Amino acid sequence: MAGSTSRVPVEKTYKIYIDGKFPRTESGRFFPLEDSDGEVIANICRGSRKDFRNSVVAARKAFPGWSSASAYLRGQIIYRIAEMLEGRREQFIAELHLQGLSKRRAKKEVDATIDRLIYYAGWSDKYQQVFSAVNPVSSSHFNFSVMEATGVVSVLAPNESSLLGLVSNIVPAIVGGNTCVVLASEEMPLCAVSFAEVLHAADVPGGVVNILTGYREELTGQFASHMDVNAIIYCDSDTDVAKEIEISAADNIKRVVNRTNTDWAQEKSQNPYLIKETQETKTTWHPIGS
Amino acid sequence: MSTDPSKLAFNAGWQYAPAPESTDHVTIDEQYDLFIGGEFSPPGEGRYFETINPATEERLSSVALAGEADVDRAVKAARKAYAGPWSKMKAAERGKYIFRIARILQERAREFSVVESLDGGKPIRESRDIDIPLAAAHFFYYAGWADKLEYAFPGRRPHSLGVAGQVIPWNFPLLMAAWKIAPALACGNTVVLKPAETTPLTALKLAEVIQEADLPPGVVNIITGAGDTGAAIVNHPDVDKIAFTGSTEVGRIIQRSLAGTGKKYTLELGGKAANIIFADAAIDQAVEGIVNGIFFNQGHVCCAGSRLLVQESVADEVITKLKDRMETLIVGDPLDKNTDIGAINSAEQLDTIRSYLSIGREEGAEMYQSSCEVPDTGYWCRPTIFTGVSQSNRIVQEEIFGPVLAIQTFRTLEEGLTKANNTPYGLSGGVWTDKGAKIFKMTQNIRAGVIWANTFNKFDPTSPFGGYKESGVGREGGLHGLDAYLRLES
Repeated sequence: MAGSTSRVPVEKTYKIYIDGKFPRTESGRFFPLEDSDGEVIANICRGSRKDFRNSVVAARKAFPGWSSASAYLRGQIIYRIAEMLEGRREQFIAELHLQGLSKRRAKKEVDATIDRLIYYAGWSDKYQQVFSAVNPVSSSHFNFSVMEATGVVSVLAPNESSLLGLVSNIVPAIVGGNTCVVLASEEMPLCAVSFAEVLHAADVPGGVVNILTGYREELTGQFASHMDVNAIIYCDSDTDVAKEIEISAADNIKRVVNRTNTDWAQEKSQNPYLIKETQETKTTWHPIGS
Repeated sequence: MSTDPSKLAFNAGWQYAPAPESTDHVTIDEQYDLFIGGEFSPPGEGRYFETINPATEERLSSVALAGEADVDRAVKAARKAYAGPWSKMKAAERGKYIFRIARILQERAREFSVVESLDGGKPIRESRDIDIPLAAAHFFYYAGWADKLEYAFPGRRPHSLGVAGQVIPWNFPLLMAAWKIAPALACGNTVVLKPAETTPLTALKLAEVIQEADLPPGVVNIITGAGDTGAAIVNHPDVDKIAFTGSTEVGRIIQRSLAGTGKKYTLELGGKAANIIFADAAIDQAVEGIVNGIFFNQGHVCCAGSRLLVQESVADEVITKLKDRMETLIVGDPLDKNTDIGAINSAEQLDTIRSYLSIGREEGAEMYQSSCEVPDTGYWCRPTIFTGVSQSNRIVQEEIFGPVLAIQTFRTLEEGLTKANNTPYGLSGGVWTDKGAKIFKMTQNIRAGVIWANTFNKFDPTSPFGGYKESGVGREGGLHGLDAYLRLES
């Protein structure tokens, strides 16, 4: 019995995240997200091909600035994401719980996500030293190889691990200077949208991470085939889908990163080789002489 | 003939006497079979094709055309060798076999150089001083990695993959075979390799070396054939890894056909590298770099500097000096030690190059070729430059794979960079300037895998090679080249 003095809660509109802004999908479409009792939790944007294209444009535009930002700065920004997430911990636990996780599991997942951000924040100025080389060529040249970001990366975030899996795939890409366009878990999209708000509050430059919600079946082909995307990360274990992704990826020789069957909660699911998967090796030669 | 004393005119007054490399110490068999399981055996369907000398159009030998059944036989031999001796052998012993290959190649270097020039048309100076020594060096370098792999990948345990299927091009026949085979063996894999259709001979000679080195049968299998043979290797279900060097067009087909198979792959594909000359460069050195960038190996180089971007204020000077230098280039007999530019590798490739010369002119560019004489028989193309081209011209966008240079100008560093990166390729690039800060500004921002600053077209076994964007996936050479032949476990 709500009395006349009881307060009506303000519910959040879940929107997508493109170029540092939170628009609704340009298509105007939505799909209802239901809880296990069939009650509607929220209306979710059903992102379109055009939303994806706009996101790629934003990601490409953000790439020169982000990839040339200092490793120290990228590390601090990723650390800042962790700080912001820690501050909104209760909200994320509640959202995961709302989407079917037990309170205990939800809490565990949020904590692990924060720790994962800290882990990669620390790698920002170290992976380069681990993976680079000075090469002892026989001729009179100074020759060295360094890591550089591959470019714009499509990320089909895992369906089942909607927050930890999402962050575990975004962060190794951006800590290495890539920009990305991400498709959130279709079944549990809430945390992805709220995580976009966290990114925004953490001063991640607009366009570095773009997050869409929508139907996998509709958008996977777009993520795989776009000619201005340099790499695609996917986690679906469906082999037919994987095959389709790899066929489309060949249109512009995309790097294909297959992360199926990964238990994101495990400690071994975080390592610098995940950063390396969206890095290019650049080798530079210069004569030694006078 | 030029009488202007300011011009380079090495051949004015003094003529180069012919200096042919002798061929009498080289034997090429009448016919070559397939090298499978440590022995040469005839192809199942009994078919052979000819390989010719592109400088004379004369037949050199016939080589076997491997069909699907032959590919299967080679893969089975490789699998057996992998399961049997090779993956169980101590890594240090494996390394010693690879060292042996390097040593025998060094011993037989001159023979290989001559065969390489006969079969492929490249100048003997290049096969003698670059291709063959580098191929031996590759085996020597990777041999030493065999028992040290765990030091290459911190925190990981490396494992071999199994059978590697390798398909290589005709521009550096033996060197590409070495790039593929050496790291594959060092990492504990066995190999099925197919050399290019027009240049099979040094790979077949390498098979002899592998016999001589007494490698266990089946560790390296070398089978000849054309595109269908390559496709059969790529599509064979018992191959664990594919390594391909060739065109982006074929690379795309391979990437598609590997979709969903879980096979690991590396692709070294096409390029359209910008060679960027700033006004403050040492101009004479830069001109040498341009010549080396585009005319090295008849321009049959995926990382060739096929686009010249020259800063506007020195464009006239650079182009004048380039034309003068082009006049001194000797085009002709690949076996002559004075030859700078040899024969185009095949009639088919010459057709491709000629079609681009027409396209360039039709699109409005101005073509200039050196005035040198070329032999009547064989496949030849004079060194060629195009000026007055725009970014959208096909000769600027597409890989020609011949001695054809498209020249554009730029004013600011940013404009040069934008033009350099305006391509779907990203294999290599060149920068010429005397300013250190400018070098790093450029080398950091050119989106390509190999950047030469104040030099061009240098290669070394320790130096990773491979492209960004549509120039390929993965690296070959150096520590980074090991990754392609290993599975890393945590």
